Amino acid sequence: MKSKKIFLINLFVLSGGWFCFLFSQSPEQADNVNSCVSCHLEMGDELAVPVTGMEQDVHDRLGLSCVSCHGGDPKAGLDGDLEAAMDPAKGYIGIPERSAIPQLCAKCHSEPNYMRQFNPRVSTDQFARYKTSVHGQRLQRGDTKVATCIDCHGVHGIRNAKDARSSVYPPNIVKTCGKCHADSEYMKDYGVATDQVELYSTSVHGKALLEKGDQGAPVCNDCHGNHGASPPGAPSVAFVCGQCHLNNSELFIKSPHKMAFDDMDLPECEACHGNHAIEHPTDEMIGAGEQSMCIDCHEDGSKGFETAVTIRREIDSLKGKIHFADSLVSVAERAGMQVSEAKFQLNDADDALIKSRTIIHSLSVDQIKESTGEGIKLTDAATKAGWEALDELQFRRKGLAISIILISILALGLYLKIKEIDKKYPFKTEGE
Amino acid sequence: MKKEIPAESTGRVLTWLQDRYDLSAIEYLIKKKEVPIHRHSLWYYFGGITLFFFIIQVFTGIMLLLYYRPTAEAAFESVQFIMTEVHFGWLIRSIHSWSANLMVAAAFIHLFSVFFMQSYRKPRELTWVTGVVLLLLSLGFGFSGYLLPWNELAFFATKVGTEIVAVVPFIGEFLLKFLRGGEDVTGATLTRFFGFHVAVLPMITTLILVFHLWAVQKQGMSVPPQFENKKTSLKSMKFFPNFLLRDVLGWIIALGVLAAVAAIFPWELGVKADPFAPAPAGIQPEWYFVFMFQTLKFIPAKVLIFDGEMLGVLGFGIIGVLLVLVPFFDKKAVLGETSKLLRAFGIIAIVYILVMSIISYAVPQTF
Repeated sequence: MKSKKIFLINLFVLSGGWFCFLFSQSPEQADNVNSCVSCHLEMGDELAVPVTGMEQDVHDRLGLSCVSCHGGDPKAGLDGDLEAAMDPAKGYIGIPERSAIPQLCAKCHSEPNYMRQFNPRVSTDQFARYKTSVHGQRLQRGDTKVATCIDCHGVHGIRNAKDARSSVYPPNIVKTCGKCHADSEYMKDYGVATDQVELYSTSVHGKALLEKGDQGAPVCNDCHGNHGASPPGAPSVAFVCGQCHLNNSELFIKSPHKMAFDDMDLPECEACHGNHAIEHPTDEMIGAGEQSMCIDCHEDGSKGFETAVTIRREIDSLKGKIHFADSLVSVAERAGMQVSEAKFQLNDADDALIKSRTIIHSLSVDQIKESTGEGIKLTDAATKAGWEALDELQFRRKGLAISIILISILALGLYLKIKEIDKKYPFKTEGE
Repeated sequence: MKKEIPAESTGRVLTWLQDRYDLSAIEYLIKKKEVPIHRHSLWYYFGGITLFFFIIQVFTGIMLLLYYRPTAEAAFESVQFIMTEVHFGWLIRSIHSWSANLMVAAAFIHLFSVFFMQSYRKPRELTWVTGVVLLLLSLGFGFSGYLLPWNELAFFATKVGTEIVAVVPFIGEFLLKFLRGGEDVTGATLTRFFGFHVAVLPMITTLILVFHLWAVQKQGMSVPPQFENKKTSLKSMKFFPNFLLRDVLGWIIALGVLAAVAAIFPWELGVKADPFAPAPAGIQPEWYFVFMFQTLKFIPAKVLIFDGEMLGVLGFGIIGVLLVLVPFFDKKAVLGETSKLLRAFGIIAIVYILVMSIISYAVPQTF
């Protein structure tokens, strides 16, 4: 009987233990108890706004919570003790000052050892770079209107920069920067233009990104930098553009223009191509025509003027020959003639034209002539092949025309034979 | 020295065959068959010319089949290969394309000549019916073959052409999907059209053509009613060799016409079809469909409560059925009389086809 009692007690204790084990919180969960979210949601309205969407926040997903930035004691809040939960003695800072936000974020983001646990390759120099930016420098001087981390990345509900919904995902950056830079009222104290977004949208880069969805197209931060954002200085524009337009940049740097532009303090690429409203370059930008950029500086009769005219003539010559050969080869191709070799030659001639347009940045007439010469040689070969194909087509037609003569002779011979046969087997009248 | 086959050896072969098969029909054809001569005899030759073009189609078609690949990815390139790399491939393709058009033209002439000579009257009703069906099959050959090079013009013309069947009440949507092998003109349509063009249509055509030719030989040439009454005074020639040699002369002239059009207007390869590109200007169906397309364009979108295009398609369908049934409701023809109504209908049809086709080619089209 006694042993039975002991057994039941043991059973109760054991089952109770299992119950406690199953429904108690893990140590980790206990640490993450967050009264901030439950209270703020309960209070609703504007107090609920900061915690709405927190489940999407990259920090929340990595196990961080309100206390990580705002301090305080959320466990105390679970007992209804709001004062203890938001006790400054427990590190509670409330809403951070705008001027203190970069340092606040940098607490973690400038700590390589801390950041490495989340992403071993993440950079931790954002704050250092921010301090070199126009935004950072003005903030240090007390201007709190400038952009801080939260203006670009958001506050609660910050997403990873690789997330297409993030405000700093490349296609969204123009809009993000434009929030301030396209707002003339907001920017009126700074004396800077506010039409950059509008101009960018009309540019070759803007059209590629916004209309064609080409994410390879540069956005604001590709030229200005992101955390260290600032307008590039005039002598460094070629390096900025050269990140993508490598050949053009290298040729320009070696060209006579480089020294001249530096002397005149002209912003290199920008002087001819513009900045935010960069249009698709055309051949009309070279030479002595109305749309030429060369004549802005080079007077009629000057060496530069003559060079511009020569370069344009070379380009036009190759372009015209390619156009003619292309039309000729297309006619032959549509007619079903063999022109595949000529088409390859025309592709290579097109490449030579593109190369020649790039070499323009060297301003070397000899180099351009060498490149256009290669293209013209290929185009001449394609033109010859086109003519040969059309000649072959005519030859075939003549062959068929000759066959008509032979067919006619055959028909005539047969007609005479029929006449002969008719005499041999004359027509009969019905009944004969 | 010319070596002749001994007459007795030819005779031995014939005797051997005669012992096993009844060759009296062939013997009759060669020795006894007569072809009437009158001032409309010329029209007799168009049946033979149509047959000649059909034979050319079969032979050139088989040659093209050796290289053609019926997929959206390879069709255009294979035709390009035929035209550029295969010895005389350009000639075979050009002849195949032109011969197809000339065959349809000859078939139309044959149809109208038979119609006006009332050769469909008893006992040749089924010869007429099979003839009309053969013409419709020729149009089917033309429509299915037009898409096979998979070039831009063919692609969009087929798109427009197949769209029209969708307006047929009740079964339109089904027909559209059946023809296209899906919602749109794709590689599935090409494969399907290829199947129709080289298997289904040739099989049906061969069967009907054999009957048609057998019936013509069995029943002989029809004499128009106006000459039939004076039958005793009508002259006739022997089918062999007089008429057959004239038929061959017609074939040679047809070959000359074929060579001439192929020389003057070499059949182009065109530009490869791009299903995602907008339809280019100047899209036209084959010339023999143009009068129907033009008619559909002239019909208002709505006629009373009915869809205009649907009425047009139904109208052509009814005319097609009536055309097949002509021998069965032209009671005057049996009596040797001419139906003025039918004659007028025939003339109006020719004028209508010509006028609509001329308008279509004269006015820039946007289908």
